[in-house]
Amino acid sequence: MKNIILTITLSLFSVTAFAAGGAVHIDSAPIDTSDMESVKRGAKHFVDYCMGCHQAEYMRYNRIARDTGMTEAELRENLIFTTNKKGEPIKVGDLMKSAMTPEYAELAFGTEVPDLTLSARARGADWLYAYLRKFYIDPYRPTGMNNLVFPDVAMPHVLQSLQGTLEPIYKTEMRQGVEVEYVVGLELIKAGSMTTEEYNAFVADLVNFMVYLAEPIQNERKSLGIKVLIFLVVFFVLAYMLKKEYWKDVH
Amino acid sequence: MGKIIGWIDDRFPLMKMWNEHLAEYYAPKNFNFWYYFGSLALLVLVIQIVSGIFLAMHYKPDAELAFASVEYIMRDVPYGWLIRYIHSTGATAFFVVVYLHMLRGLMYGSYKKPRELIWLFGMFIYLCLMAEAFMGYLLPWGQMSYWGAQVIISLFGAIPVIGDDLTLWIRGDFVISDATLNRFYSLHIVALPLVLIFLVIAHILALHEVGSNNPDGVEIKKNKDANGIPLDGIPFHPYYTVKDIVGVAVFLFFFATVMFYFPDGGGYLLEHANFVASDPLKTPEHIVPVWYFTPFYAILRAVPDKLLGVGAMGAAIILLFFMPWIDRCKVKSIRYRSIIYKINLGVFIVSFVVLGWLAMQHVTTTITLLSQLFSILYFGFFIVLYITSKNEQTKPVPDRVTE
Repeated sequence: MKNIILTITLSLFSVTAFAAGGAVHIDSAPIDTSDMESVKRGAKHFVDYCMGCHQAEYMRYNRIARDTGMTEAELRENLIFTTNKKGEPIKVGDLMKSAMTPEYAELAFGTEVPDLTLSARARGADWLYAYLRKFYIDPYRPTGMNNLVFPDVAMPHVLQSLQGTLEPIYKTEMRQGVEVEYVVGLELIKAGSMTTEEYNAFVADLVNFMVYLAEPIQNERKSLGIKVLIFLVVFFVLAYMLKKEYWKDVH
Repeated sequence: MGKIIGWIDDRFPLMKMWNEHLAEYYAPKNFNFWYYFGSLALLVLVIQIVSGIFLAMHYKPDAELAFASVEYIMRDVPYGWLIRYIHSTGATAFFVVVYLHMLRGLMYGSYKKPRELIWLFGMFIYLCLMAEAFMGYLLPWGQMSYWGAQVIISLFGAIPVIGDDLTLWIRGDFVISDATLNRFYSLHIVALPLVLIFLVIAHILALHEVGSNNPDGVEIKKNKDANGIPLDGIPFHPYYTVKDIVGVAVFLFFFATVMFYFPDGGGYLLEHANFVASDPLKTPEHIVPVWYFTPFYAILRAVPDKLLGVGAMGAAIILLFFMPWIDRCKVKSIRYRSIIYKINLGVFIVSFVVLGWLAMQHVTTTITLLSQLFSILYFGFFIVLYITSKNEQTKPVPDRVTE
């Protein structure tokens, strides 16, 4: 019986492995959400490079300050640059809205500009880490850039000045009698202001922040979890001893 | 203390109820691992009601505000994240516990005479729980909430003649909208929990009327001592209360592990697409119901015709109601039943699990073929059982429970 189950299960899994072959390689994002210095740097990058167009409309600025140990002054200095609709400076407890309204953003880019609060939970950290590093030159796109992970994305490569310019390496292959051209890799043809290592570290910090942003409580969740589990182990031992005591005369 | 209880007892059957249902309810002494899941289901019900009450204090059932209010709970409400994860993990825990509880019933023939009504009440609880989970899943108002509900409600459209009007009546609008969200909220937090609680009470009252079954399928009431107490029975309280507390500790350990360390369950408990606010103009690539509905969803997808598919899916659930009459064998416990029954039940369990997995895969020819194969095996269980159970070669059942 067990063997039958195992055989069936294994044969089912091999089907998916086959189907998944050929997708773009997505490497694991080198992030650590308990590293608050990295989250802080990522927050700065996020405000500098993403929030021109995107919002994080479910997150409050001062939550970042609280979780990373920034003072209110530091928060104002580093992360808050925008004003509200009336032109007043926004408050530290305000939600992280972009100065660009979603309506205008849609007009400018021809598509809805997604809110980024939860993108790390919707897409995954690895996806974001790959996405931000895999823009390449494509003259057929309105922005002149395309993306390996998100083909035909409307977003321009806003980090191009940092990363530099990547050119695709094409490979032509006959598939079922048709000549197919596809991208096998990317090559740096014009350097940006950062080396590849610096840029990767920059993106890692940004993604780390976005993972934190998607669930600010996650570090506390994990540290509370271990206490609860330890309590439950102690509770189990006591409950088990109580049960043993009561049941010793049941035969 | 005694005086107060006496005062109450003159006016309300407090001690009478205590004795009937706990201190003098005699349960068989040979309950095994599988008998934890009844009390655990009750625990999860309480967890869901209590956590749900606190969520309802902050949640906004409004298409414009719902998604943001969930994030407000996750970020701004003190310990709101904990309450929310308790509730979302609790939904999965409920189905895990209920499926294992139902499997126990199948293994030990707990649905057989005189316990048919217990089984029927239980099946209605299961049905009610599915409705409760489905409506609750719409409330976060994410993409999967929206489109999952869209797909499931559209199934009613397959019913001839009344189909389209019926879906319109369920949604309260031509598409899933604020009206749908509001009514699902009302049903989720008031109507269905009330029904659920009444059914649970009926389930327990029926159980305590006829007494519990056990892994040997022996009626302990047949062997009583001079005082009329079953020889193989022990009072539920304190024996099974202290035993169930051990079960609670183990259960909560698993529960807390998932809740604190895998609250998304790898995208199976909180789906990735549900972290994107609902958008009626964008259909997600891959719409799949939550794991506890997937076996039935696979049966639906296996049938090429929509109406027949909906019919097959409904039949897959309705057939379970008739277990007391489909299974015609007098012997209750799997311990004393034939190898045919054991294999049949094994195939049924495997089909159920595999169907659940198949529904989560993208549709390919292979997946559809496998879904059809395992759907046939799923229904085959009932047919084979009906045919073979009448004159089944069973082993002799002991008079008394074994250790």
